[in-house]
Amino acid sequence: MFFLKLVVKNVFRARLRSGLTILGLVIAVLAFGLLQTVVRAWYAGADAASNARLITRNAISLTFVMPVYYREKIRAVPGVTGVALSNWFGGVWKDPKNFFANFAVDAPAFFPMYPEFVFQPGEYADFLRDRKGAAIGRQLADLYGFKVGDRIPMRSGIYPGEWEFTVRAIYDGRDDTTITRQLYFHYDYLNEQIKKVFPRRADQTGVFVIGIADGSQAAEISRAIDAEFKNSLAETLTETEKAFSLGFVAMVETIVQAIRGVSYVVILIIMAVAANTMAMTARERMSEYATLKALGFKPRMVGAVVMGEAFALAMIGAGIGILLTTPVVRAFHAATSSVFAKMPLVPETFWLQALCAVAVGLVAGLVPAVRAMRMPIVDGLRHVA
Amino acid sequence: MSEVLVAIRHVSKSYHRGQQIVPVLEDINLEIARGDFVALMGPSGSGKSTLLNLIAGIDKPDTGEIVIEGTDITRLTETELADWRAAHVGFIFQFYNLMPVLSAYENVELPLMLTALSRAERRERVEIALGLVGLLDRQKHYPNELSGGQQQRVAIARAVVSDPTILICDEPTGDLDRQSAADVLAMLRRLNEDLGKTIAMVTHDPRAGEAARRMTFLDKGQLTDASPFALH
Repeated sequence: MFFLKLVVKNVFRARLRSGLTILGLVIAVLAFGLLQTVVRAWYAGADAASNARLITRNAISLTFVMPVYYREKIRAVPGVTGVALSNWFGGVWKDPKNFFANFAVDAPAFFPMYPEFVFQPGEYADFLRDRKGAAIGRQLADLYGFKVGDRIPMRSGIYPGEWEFTVRAIYDGRDDTTITRQLYFHYDYLNEQIKKVFPRRADQTGVFVIGIADGSQAAEISRAIDAEFKNSLAETLTETEKAFSLGFVAMVETIVQAIRGVSYVVILIIMAVAANTMAMTARERMSEYATLKALGFKPRMVGAVVMGEAFALAMIGAGIGILLTTPVVRAFHAATSSVFAKMPLVPETFWLQALCAVAVGLVAGLVPAVRAMRMPIVDGLRHVA
Repeated sequence: MSEVLVAIRHVSKSYHRGQQIVPVLEDINLEIARGDFVALMGPSGSGKSTLLNLIAGIDKPDTGEIVIEGTDITRLTETELADWRAAHVGFIFQFYNLMPVLSAYENVELPLMLTALSRAERRERVEIALGLVGLLDRQKHYPNELSGGQQQRVAIARAVVSDPTILICDEPTGDLDRQSAADVLAMLRRLNEDLGKTIAMVTHDPRAGEAARRMTFLDKGQLTDASPFALH
């Protein structure tokens, strides 16, 4: 109790210095939490993806398509429970900055494979009935204020022309991990229009989404599907949906790693700042530490006072930083919602922040504490004069 | 007052300044009786503070032994010395060396934090010590709210609160005005005469020296006159 009192009183002794150090710690811990969350946001799509669904695409690249008739051959592969077409549309609503994912899918086969998308029964039926209808996620609807019945005109860089979809259904996510910021419309509508303008591009799809009975058989089934199209004009590459999504993250992996690296650099910088503060503090108080030792306090007790002060500084800064993380991440997400569908703030981030604070306290206090412990009493007392 | 409390035998001490070895004390022999009040005097650099530090157990001699109440403190480890100092030594420094973030009460309580005394027992002792130096009404004041003389009185209370075997005073009046110095010296004499406290004091000030029962002079690391003489 006495040590705690001494530590707390010492922390607030040089208020400006302690205040600035704590401010630095708050900013560092906050920045660390925010950057970690941004990194996590990149992976949010992959986290939400399933290992029990497979994606088959052209083996050359995603920009190459496959004939629709592959669907029947895939369906015949043992272990496959369903196959659906999914084609990236690349549509833009009003302005390119209004970016959101939009796909042409064969809805009756596609949505049963996504139980995480929860529809109102009536709306889903309306969507299936309307060939120009669209189903959109709740997050997308909330972001742009779309309602059932709204018409959404879009332009696509891949499929020229004016396209218009009517919102027939708004689906919710089954839980917080489900991303609902997409627009789906009927593949048949897209295919009909393409047949009129670019007949050679008709009856093709970007990917097949495949449902399988047993997730543990994903590798074998993937190999079987790809073997089916070996030496064909459009060889395929099949992988789990999660692996497929991670492939997108891998495209920006360097940036993500850089962000992750910066988050740790921030902590390293604040470690140096806090260590400097503690070194200055300890140097100024050598005579006090010497007095304590002269009175009979053992070196480890004096070391504990120094370490305690370093930890107290780190913990106060980290505590405030952790408390501010949630509102700051929310504000950041609100400002970047067109880029990040999810900004998942998980307990692991808070633990990491706390762990970093402990590391800062340890690094900042260790050298001054050892110095104070080893300092000859006579030298410390001479510091007074 | 004949029982020998401190026996210093053939003590030498030197310091290293770079490559140079500077002898500070050479073959010192000195005895301090229980209940004595000895003033160690001498010019700057004579080694009097070093000798006081050795008696206090905050420094170690190169050779010789220092036996205090039967314990040769030169043979104690750092940890043992810390325990020994907590139990046997009360310090009064020239610049008071109070903890600025602690109140007068908390400063006086400091040495008792190393004992097994209960909070109530500590309170009782602290109040007695502060009453002894006439600062009971200032117990909640912080050092920067007290005059130099008052701070030194708090330091005296801190030195006596654990009822140590010996009081070590390093220039206790060196930073005080004449009146405050006189008050502090009167207080030390009272502790010596009324409570029988053994005091070893280093001072430049002849008036302070006269307050002691005897004066011992050091010059160039050697005792020049170690014979006790009564002042009172």
